[in-house]
Order: sequence, then structure tokens, then C-alpha cells
Amino acid sequence: MAVNEGLAQASNTLVYSAMIVYTGALGAYVTDLAARGRRRAEGPVAAQVPVAVGAGAAPDADAVGADAVTAPAVTGTRAAGIGVSLTALAFLLHAGGVLTRGLSVERVPWGNMYEFSVAGSVVVTGVFLAVLARRDVRYLGTFVVGPVLLTLGLAVAVFYTQAAQLVPALHSFWLVIHVSVAFVASALYTLGFSTTVLQLVQERRELARAAGRAPRRGRFMDALPSSAALDRSSYSLHVAAFPLWTFTVLAGAIWAESAWGRYWNWDPKETWSFVIWVVYAGHLHARATRGWDGRKAAYFALAGYACILMNFMVVNVFFVGKHSYGGL
Amino acid sequence: MVETFLPETQQDVPVIQPRLGPLGWLRWIWRQLTSMRTALLLLLLLAVAAVPGSVFPQRRIDTGRVQAYLAEHRSSGPWLDRFGFFDVYSSPWFSSVYLLLFVSLVGCVLPRSRRHWQAMRSAPPRTPRRLARLPEHATRTIDDPAADVVERARQALRGRRYRVTPYDGGDSLSAEKGYLAETGNLLFHLALLGLLASVGAGLFTGYGGQVLVVEGGTFSNSLPMYSSFTAGTRFSPGDLPPFSFSLDKLVVRFENQTAGGQLGAPREFTATVTVRDAPDAAPRTETVQVNHPLLVDGAKAYLAGNGYAPVVTVRDGTGAIAFRGPVPALATDGTYTSTVVVKAPDARPRQLGLAGTLVPTALLQPGQGWVSIFPDALNPRLVLTAWAAAPGQDGLGVNSGVPQSVFSLDVSRLTQLRDTDGQPARLLLAPGERRDLPDGAGSITFDGLRRFASFDVSSDPTKGWALGSALLALLGVTTSLFVRRRRLWVRVTRDEQGRTVVEAAGLARGEDAGLGAEVKAVLDRAAGDVKE
Repeated sequence: MAVNEGLAQASNTLVYSAMIVYTGALGAYVTDLAARGRRRAEGPVAAQVPVAVGAGAAPDADAVGADAVTAPAVTGTRAAGIGVSLTALAFLLHAGGVLTRGLSVERVPWGNMYEFSVAGSVVVTGVFLAVLARRDVRYLGTFVVGPVLLTLGLAVAVFYTQAAQLVPALHSFWLVIHVSVAFVASALYTLGFSTTVLQLVQERRELARAAGRAPRRGRFMDALPSSAALDRSSYSLHVAAFPLWTFTVLAGAIWAESAWGRYWNWDPKETWSFVIWVVYAGHLHARATRGWDGRKAAYFALAGYACILMNFMVVNVFFVGKHSYGGL
Repeated sequence: MVETFLPETQQDVPVIQPRLGPLGWLRWIWRQLTSMRTALLLLLLLAVAAVPGSVFPQRRIDTGRVQAYLAEHRSSGPWLDRFGFFDVYSSPWFSSVYLLLFVSLVGCVLPRSRRHWQAMRSAPPRTPRRLARLPEHATRTIDDPAADVVERARQALRGRRYRVTPYDGGDSLSAEKGYLAETGNLLFHLALLGLLASVGAGLFTGYGGQVLVVEGGTFSNSLPMYSSFTAGTRFSPGDLPPFSFSLDKLVVRFENQTAGGQLGAPREFTATVTVRDAPDAAPRTETVQVNHPLLVDGAKAYLAGNGYAPVVTVRDGTGAIAFRGPVPALATDGTYTSTVVVKAPDARPRQLGLAGTLVPTALLQPGQGWVSIFPDALNPRLVLTAWAAAPGQDGLGVNSGVPQSVFSLDVSRLTQLRDTDGQPARLLLAPGERRDLPDGAGSITFDGLRRFASFDVSSDPTKGWALGSALLALLGVTTSLFVRRRRLWVRVTRDEQGRTVVEAAGLARGEDAGLGAEVKAVLDRAAGDVKE
């Protein structure tokens, strides 16, 4: 099977175009956040919501139903709308890049680290757009498109590999199942990570306010939901991701059994997938443990995401194991 | 691992007991071990303890890399070894973490299962006196008769698949649903125990080993045929099923396009084998690939590796054939430059040994000699040096009783054969060529090149149990995370004007953003606002 060079070239062009549009979207989201922060501080909304007094939590989400949980206290500006449109356009270009890459080699386009990064980040954008269709989470745009752009930058600059056929170890339909579920789980964990970071920052500001100190920097944070509401969003994302990650590890074990004869061999990649599973299990466990919920549980989520990054970037490149066909 | 839904759980409440007897201490330790917090710390420890195994080479994966590490780190290596860093997953500290975790799990899950069993068989708890104190609460005043309101509320709750029990002489309803969440949670934890038990049982009953088969050769499933073999304690060699298979052909294909930068990367390994399930069974032909193992009589054979086996003929000093056959050569790099060792213990008057390199696609590079530029055998060459024992001596040591590797030549009791100029004799052979050895010691012929395949043969009868447990765990955790356990109460009272006051309240285990909406919906139905 030869490689279709024309399609491979088209794929690269599409990915580069997507990066340019993502950059525009990122600019729009940042503009939106800055504008929200200003409006919140000066505008009429600020008068209605006494942020500087009281127990800290903005009184938005606790009292109302599920739909308002993630709705920010200040609705998005026009810049946010532009951001979403650009994100949708970038998503189409990005998805086209993944598709043409797959067509150029007539196989699934996630056979090495470059392809995995490009295809994985398109899933992150896709999940974000899917969530957007149901809830106004435009305030998350910066924290989703930013990492996606970073991943693409890393992919084209460091991981880039020319289109080519696969080594025999990857000739399996488990490559489709195992890896695509891993994509969705990682995308949800990425969104969960962004939400958790925002939640911790927000909580810090709320605690400072409760102690009578006004936070000096990051005024745009006032435009985001309360830490309690962010916490609930982060919980939903992590709850959706955990069974998917469990399935990823399970499918990986089944694949390992059919490829290498042992379903679990403590290969570095397996080890780190296991560590990720344990840490996120710990996160969910901590949420149900008195004295460990809230901040401490959030640290588990951050640690889990650090392990995901570790598993992808460090284990593939520096550790010797059976998964070392990353193509670098 | 007790969940915080029931306020009366005592596990996390600090216990102050003035003096503890031995039994009291045991009970205290048990309670600490089975607490949620301990389980959480053990989980964290498990994650941390698993990491060194990915950083340091592990014996069970690659003994050679462990030896190399020990040779390189002479001071720290032995200490790491003493603390089990090269056998992390069977080390005492790793084992103790997961065993403690599972003990903690048992100690928590069993009482919880009992409580859950009782809860499922008993009615929902009494309606609390003050519903307004519950996290979700709503109230409405209407003119309908109380009995109608209660009946509508009952229907609304039943329609939402709640279990409903009347209290307060029929003036209040207590309803609960989502028992499946706890069932799933318990199933998850019990399935993890099942997984551990399956993995443990596999260590007792399974076996596995490596075999090497040259094209045209046959493997029959018996211990002497294995080049390495490990088995559980309950295994005996008689348990090996008597199957055999011969390797008819091994097709190996490498990337031959320079575009893409992956020239020489493997693209296909396909072994065609003829299998007999028993010595007298009819033969069948099967194809084995990397992701498609051969299934035969309770065992599986996985295509694990491949290489070349040059076929050579060695003639001794008398001109008789001392050795003829394929010699598997181990590849040392990505272009399959392979180490070749030929031993001819039957050579007379002197035993002969040859060692050197097979170069599959040979190119003469100035200053480097013959190097391989591609893994396929496009232009194979053998480059050998020759050794001989003293006449009549077993210099090769093949009859010494000490097991010998076929892949290495111990030259301590051999003499290297030299040309007339005193330089070690270097024999370069293309297929079909023959070279004479110095001193009339004999000759070697490179008859041709075959491939060999190495197979991992293994049998693990508990695999199915492990898979089943893992699937149940997945089912359990998904159920427990997505089914919501809710309690709802509805109470009807009369106010001073004689109007009917309907109250509804809800309580959920864990996080439940939709509870408020549910309470409101039930209240609307009870008040007759919404028809369903």
C-alpha cells in the first residue's frame, strides 16, 4: 500500500489552517473574558450581585436548577460568539486534516504521536462544541482552545512524522476501539482539568473575599461561575470520563492478550495507564470521603491529569517498552 | 469505604476511648484500616508504588537490561536490587500495599452489602418531621382535598419508579429510588476482588515459554523443545497438551519506500503453519500474525519474533560432513545484522566452531567492512572466524553436561585458526560458496538462507475469569456513577384557613444537580398543575 502524497500534503495544510483559525478563536475568547471582567466590575450586573460581601460564593447556581449550573453570572459578549464561530470553523479544518491523513494511508489516523496528538485534540474541540450545544460554557473557550492549540503546536513542531504504513503490532481493530475511547476519555479529562483549575482559583478568590481582602489580579474570574458551580461541572466531566478510561485500560489489556500473549505485563505504558486509573479512582473516592472533598479531591484530579500528560509525553519518548512505536 | 449518605456511619468520627484492651486495639486497628480515609491513602500509595516499575528495568520483562543497569550502577544498583526495585510488582512493599487495600475493601464492602441487602428489603424510612430542613424543599398551598393530593403524589412518584410507603396515617409519603447505584458500587468492588483472585489463580495454574522454529522445522509441545519455560506451582510437565505445529513459511515484508522516512520498518509478519492437535490428529493449516495468535488445545502461540537461519555445511579435516543444517542467528539491530554461531562437535580430528555475522543486505563500506543497509535478505553474506579444539579434546564442551547456549561460543578452550600471514582467518561467503579452513582443518559451505520464527506459547486458564471480573467492574462503576440514589418525601397538612398545604422535599446521596427539579416536578403533579 503506497502513501497518497497529495492527500498527506492536504492534511498538513488543513492542520496549519486550523491552527491559524484557532489562534483567532483564542484571541476572541480572551477578549471576551476581559470584557466580562470589566462589565462585571462596572456595569449594572455588579450592582445586583454583591460579590464583595457575604460568604463568598456568588449566589447564582446554588438556588437554581441544573441548567444554570454552568451559566456564568455575566453572559458572553459578542467576542464570545465570534470565538465559537471560529472554533467551529477550526474544528472543521482540523477534522478535515485528520480525515485526509487517514485517507492518505488508508488506515485510522492515530498510528504515531503526531497523529495521536492531532486526532486527540480534534476530539477535545468536538466534545467542547457538543457541551456548548447544551450549555453556555463559552467562558471555558480560552482554557480549551489554548491547550488544543498548544497540542497542535507541539505536534507539528516536535512530533511531526511523515505519513506511512503501520508496524504489524498495530494491525488490529483494537487500534480503532482502544484508542478512540482513550481519545474521548482524555478529552473529558482535559475539560475536567481546565474546570478544576478555574475552580481552585475561584475558591481562593472567594476565600480571600470572605476574609475581607479584595483579590488584586484576574478580574475576569469574577465573570465565571462560583467555585461550587465549577466543582459540579468538574464532577460531571470526571464521572463521564472514569468509566471510559476504565474501558480504555480493559480494551488495552484485551489487545495486549491477543498481540503479546499476556493481558497485563507491567509495560511502562500499562503501568502509567494503571496509575492514572488509580489516581482518578482516588479522586472519585475522595469526593465521597468526609474531610477529603473539595480542595483535596481537586488536587487528585490535577495529579491525574499530570499523569495523563506524563503517560503521553514522557513514557512514549523516554521509557523503554513495548509501546515505543510512537514514531519519533 | 463507607459512603457518607447515612449520617450514622461511625467510620470517620474520631473515637476517644480512654483505655483499650488487646481486643479494643484490634477493633480500633480494624476500624482504621477499613475507613474511607485509609482506603484513599492506600490508593494513593498504590499509584506511587507502581511508578518505579516503569522507571527501572524489570526482570520479568527484560533480564538483560537489569544486568546492564547493575553493571553500570555498581554502588546504587545492589541497593535498589535489595529493595526489589527490579521486581517491583512482586516486591513485599508493593504486595503489602495492594493486599492491605483489598483487606480494607473487604472490611468495608461486606458490611455495606449486608446493610444494602436489608435496605432493599425494607420500606423507605419515616418522613422526617421538618421537611424544610432538607437540602431541597418546596411548598404549595391549594384547595384540593388532601386525599386527592396524596394520591396524585403517589402516582407521580410511582411513575418515576420510586418505591413509595405512606406514613403519618396516610398524610405523608416516603419514597426512594436508585438502589441500583449502591448495587453497582458494591458490584464494582466485589468484581475487583474477583479480578485479583483470577490473576492470583493464574500464577498457580498457567504456563508459558518461548520456542524457535526454522522454516521447515516442527515444534512439538514438550519441555525440551522450549528455549525458556516458566510455569505455576500447580503445573506438571504432563499437563502439556500434545499438539505440534510446523512452520511452512514465514513471510516478512519491510517498508521499501524511502518517502515517509521509515525505510526498513517492519510492515508484515505472516507465518503459515501446519498444526496437529494430537500426534494422530489430522493436520490443518493456519496463519499466524502478530495480532492473530494460533489457538490450539487450551494454549495460544503468539508470533513474537523472527530472524534468519543460514543453512551451512561444515566438513572436518577428514572431509566428512560434521554438521549440516540451519543455524538460527539472532538479529542485533534494525537491519537484522545477526550473530551466527556454528558448532561442529563431531568434527575429526579437531572439533570446529565458527562465529561471526550474517549481513542480510550487504554493502562494503570503506573503513567499516560489510554492513547491512536493509533488513530483507537482498544480498546476504556470512562473515566468520574459525576456532578449533585440540585434537581429541571436547573443546566445545558439548559433552561436559553443563547446559550451553547455542547462540554463543565459549573460546576459552579453543584455538583461533590463522592464515599463513598469522592473521585470524576471516571467511566471507555468499550463498552457494564454500571456503576452506586453514591448516586443513576442514571447510564451510553457505548452502542458503531460511527464516525462523519465535513463538510465545502460553496457557492461562483463568484469563476468562479475569476478563469477566473486569467487565463486571466496568458495569458496576458505570451504574454507580450514573444511577442517582434519591429520597423524596411529600406531606399534606392543613393551614388555619383550612386550605391544603403540600410540602415536598428531597435528599440525594452524593452530587445531584437535578434533585431540585425533581422535587418541584413531583410537587407540581401533586398540586394538580401538570397532567402526565
